[in-house]
Amino acid sequence: MKLDVALPEGPREAYAYTGGKPFDASRPVVVFVHGALHDHGVWTLAARWFANHGWSALAPDLPGHARSAGAPLESVEAIADWLLAFIDAAGAGRVALVGHSMGSLIALEAAARAAELISHLVLVATAYPMRVSAALLEAARSDPMGAIDSVNTFSHSSLAGKPSYPGPGTWLHGANRVLMRRLQAAQTGTNLFLTDFLACDRYRGGATAAEKVRCPTTMVLGERDQMTFPAEARDLGERLHARTVALGAGHAVMSEAPDDVLHALRQALAP
Amino acid sequence: MPGYANPGFDTLALHAGAAPDPATGARAVPIHLTTSFVFESSEHAASLFNMERSGHVYSRLSNPTNAVLEERVAALEGGSGAIATASGQAALHLAIATIAGAGSHIVASSALYGGSHNLLHFTLSRFGITTTFVAPGDIDGWRAAIRPETRLLFGETLGNPGLDVLDIPTVAALAHEHHLPLLVDSTFTTPWLMRPFEHGADLLYHSATKFLSGHGTVIGGVLVDSGNFDWDAATAATGRFRELTEAYEGFHGMVFSEESTVGAFLLRARREGLRDFGASMSPHTAWLVLQGIETLPLRMARHVENTRKVVAFLAGHELIAQVGYPELETHPDHALAKRLLPRGCGSVFSFDLRGSREQGRTFIESLRLFSHLANVGDCRSLVIHPASTTHFRMDDAALARAGIGPGTIRLSIGLEDADDLVDDLKRALKAAARAGSAPR
Repeated sequence: MKLDVALPEGPREAYAYTGGKPFDASRPVVVFVHGALHDHGVWTLAARWFANHGWSALAPDLPGHARSAGAPLESVEAIADWLLAFIDAAGAGRVALVGHSMGSLIALEAAARAAELISHLVLVATAYPMRVSAALLEAARSDPMGAIDSVNTFSHSSLAGKPSYPGPGTWLHGANRVLMRRLQAAQTGTNLFLTDFLACDRYRGGATAAEKVRCPTTMVLGERDQMTFPAEARDLGERLHARTVALGAGHAVMSEAPDDVLHALRQALAP
Repeated sequence: MPGYANPGFDTLALHAGAAPDPATGARAVPIHLTTSFVFESSEHAASLFNMERSGHVYSRLSNPTNAVLEERVAALEGGSGAIATASGQAALHLAIATIAGAGSHIVASSALYGGSHNLLHFTLSRFGITTTFVAPGDIDGWRAAIRPETRLLFGETLGNPGLDVLDIPTVAALAHEHHLPLLVDSTFTTPWLMRPFEHGADLLYHSATKFLSGHGTVIGGVLVDSGNFDWDAATAATGRFRELTEAYEGFHGMVFSEESTVGAFLLRARREGLRDFGASMSPHTAWLVLQGIETLPLRMARHVENTRKVVAFLAGHELIAQVGYPELETHPDHALAKRLLPRGCGSVFSFDLRGSREQGRTFIESLRLFSHLANVGDCRSLVIHPASTTHFRMDDAALARAGIGPGTIRLSIGLEDADDLVDDLKRALKAAARAGSAPR
């Protein structure tokens, strides 16, 4: 669905996937937040499951990504504000927040900024600080398509993620690569790769945010994650008193282990 | 290996899509010869049907062995995914049927495999899908043939049988200028010789019967999507492709382009085309094609090496009027081939024999290593006379447009010792020469 998000500079159109069901704010709402150079598509299976099992699902495209208008926002804090404005525009009250990678930082920050509105927090493939190497940032500036290839390679832990995502026959490395390249190419005025990765690298509010979070928190980590190493999530997990679920997957945990992620989400969001 | 470096082509040919079987430890890909897959519960069943989970339900739609093949070919092509089909023809039909219906129009190269020409010219026109054929190198012709109802541009990477090299970058740019996808038949080149997506093609397919399986044992096809074509933008600009960008009543009201920005085409192709037309591949066939692909890099190198030796021999022979191989400077697409096919132009080519039809017949029947049959891309060398076999339904004008003469002979060079192949050809050419000088 499309909706106008009220921002200080005026309304901006945003898109959200609703899991194949009309959005119904009277149901429990779960909001899925994608990561850098991604879109709602990384969450479609989970969103469909929840939308068909008593929940309403919202998986927005963040500003400047795929179907949501405008330039990308440059900081985790700014995107968290946008996310809260988006939830408000959708008419949702209390929501569960689920975020992947950069989306996990956005969810964390949003959960801190509006603690009373967040019923559950799930951080998937997270780390804090989410440092990005100087070499990768330089590559993002000078050769973003080449840098995308590197990130794509390091996001996957296997050449045979089964049963694949969103269905059999998808070559996960190829689908992820072309998605990232298309989103990068679509932003003609901005280097989306650099913007997203700088937002991750520069975010310093995680420890403070953790102190403000009031809802039960779960971390879903990929044991073979080479982008956000599980060890780099440990301190944040302790600060959040989070339950941690480790899955046999890499950073692309939703596509490499979709059933395991769904199981973890069902447990995390159980009443 | 995975995750630490970007795997190369030869590695992907062996490993993409496959890992040791978690249930048994089997290292080779198991053949899952089963129609169906047990549900864990009613809820599990419902969620699989409703695309809330990924997994296998029924082997017409997907199968674990087929999925390995699909992922592997997609990996080798640099695509986002693939669908294995019952034949190359089924792959072509699936591609067209996914985005075209009655009233739709296709612009296609005139230099096509005869079966593809039949499908487009005769069969699909019965269902309201018409095709305009243009010479593959006539870019103005491609442009002029595009209509508001056009859904697809289509050609072969190397045209059959004259090996016209499709100028994929130019035709793709033209297609995209009109918000249309370019589909190519990549059978003759395989991803080892050319990866069409890197040149701008959007969709491709293989007759896996040929080089991918490589041993002349199975019939199969694979349809691959680059994931690169923006169906939503095309709909917004032209109103076309609503079958991918608007709710489809035939599958839970799903909007395929919302389900996946890069996978919309294959989602519809599988959930409608495979489901309803049912031209799916047997898992046993998928396994045999996978066996072939594991040695594809080795075989293609040898195919090309042998072909170069045979071409060099034929090009210097007095009984040969011309050899149509793009690596020769005499081929009209020589320069394009150097640019798009630096590893070689495959192992299927045609030549024209001087002399009578009787000499042509004598030549073919005198060959001993070359098998006279209707196939290409076998590990064994093959020969055929296109005008009387693969292209026999085409009239003289259509044959001429496809670059086929009455004396054209097509060879598919296999993996035998090249010297033995040349000896076989020498012997047959001598017999043909004698037939020409014999009293009638």
